[in-house]
Amino acid sequence: MAETLKMTQPLISAEAITKSYFKGQHKVPVLRGAGITAQRGEFISVIGQSGSGKSTLLHVMGLLDSPDVGEVILDGTRIDNLHQAARDQLRNHVFGFIFQFYHLLPELSLLENVMTPLMIRHSFLGFWKKRREIRDAAMSMIDEVGLSHRLRHRPSELSGGEMQRGAIARALVARPEILLADEPTGNLDAATGAGIMELLNRLNQEQRLTIVMVTHDESIAAQAHRTVRLVEGRIQGVAWEDAA
Amino acid sequence: MYKLLLCVRYLRTRYIALACIISVMLGVATMIVVNSVMAGFTTEMRDRLHNFLADIVIESRGTEGIQDADRQMALVERAAGKYIAAMTPTIEIPGMMTFSDPYSGQTYTVPVQMQGIDPVGKARVGPLQDYLDSYNPTLDDGVVLKPALRSPEEPLGWNLTAEGAEHRRLVQERQKLFLQDQPRPPVGNPAPESDASDDTAPPTMDSMEPVFDSEAAPESPDAAATAADSGNNVETHIDEGNANENSQQSPKPDAATESPGQESAVAEIPGDAFLLDTPAPTAQQSAEPLPARVYIGEGLISFLVRDPETDKQQKVMMVQPGDDVILSTVTAGRPPEVTKFQATVVDSFRSGMSEYDSSIVLMNLEALQKYRGMERGNWITSIHIRLKDYADAPAVLAALEREFEPGTVTIRTWEEKQGLLLSAVEVETAILNVLLFLIIAVAGFGILAIFYMIVVEKTRDIGILKSLGASSSGVMSIFLSYGLGLGIVGSTAGVVIGLLFVRYINEIEDALSWVTGRKVFDEKIYYFFEIPTYVNPWMVFSVASGAIAIAVLASILPARRAARLHPVRALRFE
Repeated sequence: MAETLKMTQPLISAEAITKSYFKGQHKVPVLRGAGITAQRGEFISVIGQSGSGKSTLLHVMGLLDSPDVGEVILDGTRIDNLHQAARDQLRNHVFGFIFQFYHLLPELSLLENVMTPLMIRHSFLGFWKKRREIRDAAMSMIDEVGLSHRLRHRPSELSGGEMQRGAIARALVARPEILLADEPTGNLDAATGAGIMELLNRLNQEQRLTIVMVTHDESIAAQAHRTVRLVEGRIQGVAWEDAA
Repeated sequence: MYKLLLCVRYLRTRYIALACIISVMLGVATMIVVNSVMAGFTTEMRDRLHNFLADIVIESRGTEGIQDADRQMALVERAAGKYIAAMTPTIEIPGMMTFSDPYSGQTYTVPVQMQGIDPVGKARVGPLQDYLDSYNPTLDDGVVLKPALRSPEEPLGWNLTAEGAEHRRLVQERQKLFLQDQPRPPVGNPAPESDASDDTAPPTMDSMEPVFDSEAAPESPDAAATAADSGNNVETHIDEGNANENSQQSPKPDAATESPGQESAVAEIPGDAFLLDTPAPTAQQSAEPLPARVYIGEGLISFLVRDPETDKQQKVMMVQPGDDVILSTVTAGRPPEVTKFQATVVDSFRSGMSEYDSSIVLMNLEALQKYRGMERGNWITSIHIRLKDYADAPAVLAALEREFEPGTVTIRTWEEKQGLLLSAVEVETAILNVLLFLIIAVAGFGILAIFYMIVVEKTRDIGILKSLGASSSGVMSIFLSYGLGLGIVGSTAGVVIGLLFVRYINEIEDALSWVTGRKVFDEKIYYFFEIPTYVNPWMVFSVASGAIAIAVLASILPARRAARLHPVRALRFE
């Protein structure tokens, strides 16, 4: 019974998330009870105007932010109310982030950037023992995104597309279950963006990677299995999605 | 691991961090240099003070002294014998020294501190032999001009060196020849004031006895007995000599000879009539040195002349070993009376403490006892004691306090005797240290400001790290270890530079002198050939670790700020 339940259980779900920010004295509501559910291996795109709260929803799901009201459930366990250390652990093990502006660390080479999540995971001693393993993992991930000729380069020496590929490699090196992508093509030209989308689709298909992607571009969003539309902090067309 | 990597990367790529490192480095280097030089001066000064003072000094309350040196020393031995390495009886008394300067022809009288010593005993409580000029080669800028006159094996004593004896003989022969060549001045020639006539008018006394004031030593009849002319003071001796030449004392316009009182006679001594004659009578008497022998502090009888050609400072000695000087002091009687006597200079010394070198005259203890009327009963004024281990000083002091009747003597360590000077130096060092540490504190605030800048600059990186799962404490430790790294690098560089500076301080001083064209450190002023330095490893360690601690402390605030950054806001930071 439990087995079958687990099978139908979504990998991650954010339920009835409400989140407001303060701008000075004014409370600005961003999310007003938005919710999203992703099954294992699903590729979901969240689409909305800027300011509709789609990035915030992603941050709340990825435990970078905590909701005012609502729950984030991973594999049937509520995770948004965990204490800080456990949240840090989950971010490192379960989630992988990619951002519109790539956010690679400028002081580190591509290889070091990709190794960072594993360095964070292991203590100094643990890293030293597994350094070869970690290095190989990072190399193969870089190879997968097609950047093995750029290992020693600093982010500033890479093109936008290369940086985003590097960021994807970094997000995936720790073998996360869920990839959270915040406008991954937002800063790239159409051709490069298409390349990135192709890479994400391939990863989704080959590795059954669960992807939640936020975008404002309809054509990009259309490449996902399913699109969720966010308007003013609420999900639109849920009924339609469910029917489909 | 990422902490270390990022910390090292930030250190290597932020040039602004270099500013922090340099400020820490300069602070540390300055503190090490100043402390080493101060410690060098202090140690050197303490050594020199200490060497002349022995470890513990027992002094009589008054100048009349305490009786029976041997019994007092036996008391000391009984009280604290097991701690004591050596002791020596001493008489310390202020006095005046009169000598003539052959260069200017002037006669000078200067205040001195006379110490009657037994040189062998004195050498056991302090390094006397090293100070005596005859045991040291004459140096000029480190080049030996003249080897030492005495071999180091030669025991200390009151004998003249061969050179001193030769000088004495030559002076006397010259005097003799001079006298033979000179026509006898006409009787009644009333010009004894002029130097020339004084030199030409030596007494023809044939007394082999030394001249000294026997009357001034009422407690020493022996001394009086040995005096050739009992009842005559020095002046009358010499005046007799003049009188022999001039047939009568009366033609001399000087009032000295006419005043029967000793006091007035003394008052006349600076008059040229007396002193410039002094080599003459001794020359007449004997080539043998007088029974009173002295080592004179170099500062008393020398002066510095700048050679106009080489522009080098040269030391000119006004009195050579073999010459005679006149010493006057007071007797041990109550009330004390003035006593004066001639003494042969055996040697000069240089302890390096200018205070001592320009005031102390060391003299043979027996002669001083005799002239001060202290030899019957073997009176002395102080006992200098050297301990086996100076750490025992408090115990020895306590034991001696119990042994000696209260009120008879003062017992002090050399540090207590020089307490004011030493504590002044200590306070000076402490204040200097506080001020210098403020320099490092300023560097600390520089680190604080620069770190805040770096945290702001790295805000987005902090957000990235947190999104990758880095904990707040991990982020904090990046910046703390960054501060630690800055501190360690800065301190290490500072220690290296500071130690190198100290090591080559004299070369640096030479270079600075050469660049600025004037002497930065004039060794003649400080009595040091080189700038003395003493590197205390603990001092270096505490300065370096203090600087590191300040760097870490200064990075705590920025590190906390970095750790508390909200990841989303940090990511959005532009």
